[in-house]
Amino acid sequence: MDWFELIVIPTIRSLVLIVVLLTGFAYLTWYERKLLARFHVRYGPNRAGPFGLLQPVADAVKAVFKEEVIPNHVDKAVYVLAPALALIPALIIWAVIPIGKGFPAVADVPIGFLWILAVAGIESYGVILAGWSSNNNYSLLGALRSSAQMISYELPLGLFLISILLLAGDFSLVNLVEAPRAWWEWIWLWIMFPLFFICILAETNRSPFDLPETENELVAGFQTEYGGIKFALFFMAEYINMITTSAIMATLFFGGYRLPFGIGGEIMPWLGPFILAGKVVVLLFLFIWVRASLGRPRYDQLMRFSWKTLLPISLGYMIVTALLVVFFK
Amino acid sequence: MDFAMIFFILVGALSVGAAVGVVTSKIAVHSALFLLVHFATLAILYVTLNAQFLAAAQVIIYAGGIVILILFVIMLIGSGPMETRAAYRSWVPYAGLALGILMLAGVSLTLLQAPATPIDPEANQGGVPIVIGLTLYSQNILLVQLAAILLLVALIGALLLARRPKPEESPTSNLRS
Repeated sequence: MDWFELIVIPTIRSLVLIVVLLTGFAYLTWYERKLLARFHVRYGPNRAGPFGLLQPVADAVKAVFKEEVIPNHVDKAVYVLAPALALIPALIIWAVIPIGKGFPAVADVPIGFLWILAVAGIESYGVILAGWSSNNNYSLLGALRSSAQMISYELPLGLFLISILLLAGDFSLVNLVEAPRAWWEWIWLWIMFPLFFICILAETNRSPFDLPETENELVAGFQTEYGGIKFALFFMAEYINMITTSAIMATLFFGGYRLPFGIGGEIMPWLGPFILAGKVVVLLFLFIWVRASLGRPRYDQLMRFSWKTLLPISLGYMIVTALLVVFFK
Repeated sequence: MDFAMIFFILVGALSVGAAVGVVTSKIAVHSALFLLVHFATLAILYVTLNAQFLAAAQVIIYAGGIVILILFVIMLIGSGPMETRAAYRSWVPYAGLALGILMLAGVSLTLLQAPATPIDPEANQGGVPIVIGLTLYSQNILLVQLAAILLLVALIGALLLARRPKPEESPTSNLRS
């Protein structure tokens, strides 16, 4: 194969993707603060630029120019590595998400589905290692909570993904979006969506499941000892994870880059990325809405809900899906 | 030497280096991290062998599950530098080395003795999940079921170990009454 096709083009595509995602992250913070302010009947950021639109720029400048403090009691190598390990999975999961007709973000691999599962599996390393290397009890407790929570919610998430896989019958995400679906398949998928969304909330450590960083028990959880740009990297990882999981949910449940009822798919294929972005914005609104509305559960409630409620439901769902596929498809 | 060979040597060297790091590093969490690097490089090598399903399974099970559990346990039981002097036996490293060489020799001998047949195109489709599924659940169904029973036994064993003793069985309640 040509080295140009093998290295240069994927590199350019990855760079474009990273720039878009980082910009998306910056304005997601603005979006969230504005929306939260509206939920609280406040104004939100409105000083820097019109509607506070320059606020993310100001925040970025502040984070970059802060003094980089590395405490003496930390395990230095792991301490520096952890923020990067938190950010990388959030970015590389995008490689297989289709953003246009037959056009994945970087590569169409025959195991796209497994790629998502695999990257979701390594997502918790950043948090765990940050908590351990900080050599601080609050950080360690946050990391322990996080790893237990992510492992527990990965199981129902994986079972739901397997159910979607059974319906689709193909590991490639590009084919998944294009494949025609019967109406009962859509309904059956959407019944599961709220539960899937709960798993995603727990996986991304988002409120109301942000137990690893509860400020009233653990200071700031795993990121207590981090400051400046390294703290910003954790922040970035969380928000890019939100964007990524929204894109995955849009792809799996809502037809990805396609308009409903197949409108305009053939006429304007370049619209694909914008349609996907629109769906992502709606799902992000859902994330923020949940954050503004719901309080945190206790930690034991969180774990019990995963093991005693979600896991049996997801197992049952998978069995019924398999039966449906065998008898009706 | 072509591109694939250079790539193999680089990734292989990284993999071996990480494996050495697992056994030599003094801090348990560092060992676990080296193990993670080792698994990741193995997954990359699987991809170059056109076994993408195996690579994904490797990352999902080992990197995403087992190493996280190892880290979890290390953090639960404390993670200071390993104080193994009391349990240290001087012959252990030599025995390990001897067993390793024996295994290497065995594997190499088997590989060298195997006839160099051309690769079956159907078998080389190992990356495609459908082929794996069909082989696994038709030819090797007995092995799959055996593995399932083994896992079930392990699960029940873990449940038994973790079960709280009933009040009348527990020694503390006897003391109190």
